[in-house]
Amino acid sequence: MSEILAKYGFLIVPIIKVAILVFVVLTLDAYLTWLERKVIAHIQARWGPHRVGPHGLLQPLADGIKFILKEDPLPSGVDKKAYFFAPFLTLMLALTSLAVIPFGPDITVFGYTTNFGIADVNISLLVLFAITALGVYGIALAGWGSNNKYSLLGGLRSSAQMISYELALTLSVVGVLLIAGDFSLKHIVEKQAGDFGLLSWNIVGLTKGGGGFTQIIGCVCFFIAAIAETNRVPFDLPEAESELVAGFHTEYASMKFAMFFIGEYTSMIAVSSLFAILFFGGWLSPFPASWALTHYLPSIILVPLGLWVIFDGIRYETILGRLILPGLGTVLTVLGVALFLFPVVNEPIQGPFWFFSKVGAVLFFYIWMRGTLPRFRYDQLMDFGWKFLLPVSIANVVLTSAVIMWRMK
Amino acid sequence: MISGVLVIFFVLAGLAVLGAVSLIWQSHPIHSALSLILVMVSLAGLYLLMGAEFIAAVQIIVYGGAVMVLFIFVIMLLNAGVEERTNFSKLATFGGIPLALALGSIIATAIARSSGHLPVATEGALSSTRKLSMLLFSEFVYPFELTSFLILVAILGAIVLAQREN
Repeated sequence: MSEILAKYGFLIVPIIKVAILVFVVLTLDAYLTWLERKVIAHIQARWGPHRVGPHGLLQPLADGIKFILKEDPLPSGVDKKAYFFAPFLTLMLALTSLAVIPFGPDITVFGYTTNFGIADVNISLLVLFAITALGVYGIALAGWGSNNKYSLLGGLRSSAQMISYELALTLSVVGVLLIAGDFSLKHIVEKQAGDFGLLSWNIVGLTKGGGGFTQIIGCVCFFIAAIAETNRVPFDLPEAESELVAGFHTEYASMKFAMFFIGEYTSMIAVSSLFAILFFGGWLSPFPASWALTHYLPSIILVPLGLWVIFDGIRYETILGRLILPGLGTVLTVLGVALFLFPVVNEPIQGPFWFFSKVGAVLFFYIWMRGTLPRFRYDQLMDFGWKFLLPVSIANVVLTSAVIMWRMK
Repeated sequence: MISGVLVIFFVLAGLAVLGAVSLIWQSHPIHSALSLILVMVSLAGLYLLMGAEFIAAVQIIVYGGAVMVLFIFVIMLLNAGVEERTNFSKLATFGGIPLALALGSIIATAIARSSGHLPVATEGALSSTRKLSMLLFSEFVYPFELTSFLILVAILGAIVLAQREN
């Protein structure tokens, strides 16, 4: 086994990792839509999806089947090349951006040590920005190719918005780069490790050795610009339904619409991961390394959650629910107990656990904002991007480099 | 001997040439712009093959992203339609064809005289990025600052032009 891995590992391991990542991410996307509908429904005092499966848990599956079975009409007068290419480009770029994100520290499986992510590139941050820069074309081409004025306006709005906010997005990261002195996301995370746990993260900046400086300005700028880049509320002007029907994807139906949808959610996950890596220490635990008891936190969360799901499931009104929910709860409980009992499993799970907790918190924040904030007006959006966000991120670059210069003296 | 690197080189070079030909061949401005993006991205791939990772990423970010987005944005904003095909103009016949032949022969001699080895930036990305910035801020600091001054003048010019209409 280990001989084969040593010889062909460079080829086999990435293929396995890509397959796992695509499966995990597509499932995550599907359940993100479920979570979004549920959370917004509860914010608005509704129930949200609850007909398909217990608590609407099978709703994403029903949606997927609906997307595949729906008619896919071709509107008249479309530019066929642009119209067909746009959804593929959007989804392809969104999935590619996940390739360079490290989800945890290096892991060793069957004696083969590999990085926790697909590619460990030393310019991973630049690669991500390059992919973001190309992401505009999917939306712009969809809007232009659809032969529909609402789509065209949506596409134009989105290109203008993405160009404007890309500058602030890139500049807000420069502070972190100055501190880390490296483009590699893995090294940026490793630089944030320290004896103080979360105080060493870039957002606070008490790095080991004292090379850091708080990046809270960069963090806020990055988050705002990232929401605008992913076209989410309150910056979702490309698809403002009261003005533009559905914006750039008005003329898309069936799987082609689903591709835009999956692309949007995947880039949300990518941006949230980048946010967690740059400012919140990526896979690092918020507690000092000496607090060994915090390693049992995944079990402490999983076991009560599993028991609650079992308890809730046995009195669920439908038979399907009384089957699925206790089963799910048992799986969660067993997983929690296994993590508690076996250090072999517990140790490698720490990095991904914290990473996905942070990403999950950011994603929840996204949804929370969608449930509470109204949409910007277009001129407000442009004013905010160019006259506030860009100067503030440049000021952050100047401030951070001044502090670093002052320290070097 | 065909190595993997050579195969990737020919694929990328082929894509670049294909994009460049398609850029001229397409009748719609948007399709031409898309072909140009293909050229830019395959050029970035070629840079990556030569070990210049930073240049490759910047090539995509600046040319593939920012510059071409503006092209596409302007074409979409003007709603430019399909171009009409014209016959060769006299300038193209008497000036263009000889110039194209001259350029072709210059490139051919350059390739014939080359040693057959591509110079490769063997350093890691970090050190090459660091070296690049060192060069920019030491040896080439005057051209570098002059370029930024030029860009500043262009920005000011754009603002003046935009203000005049009000």
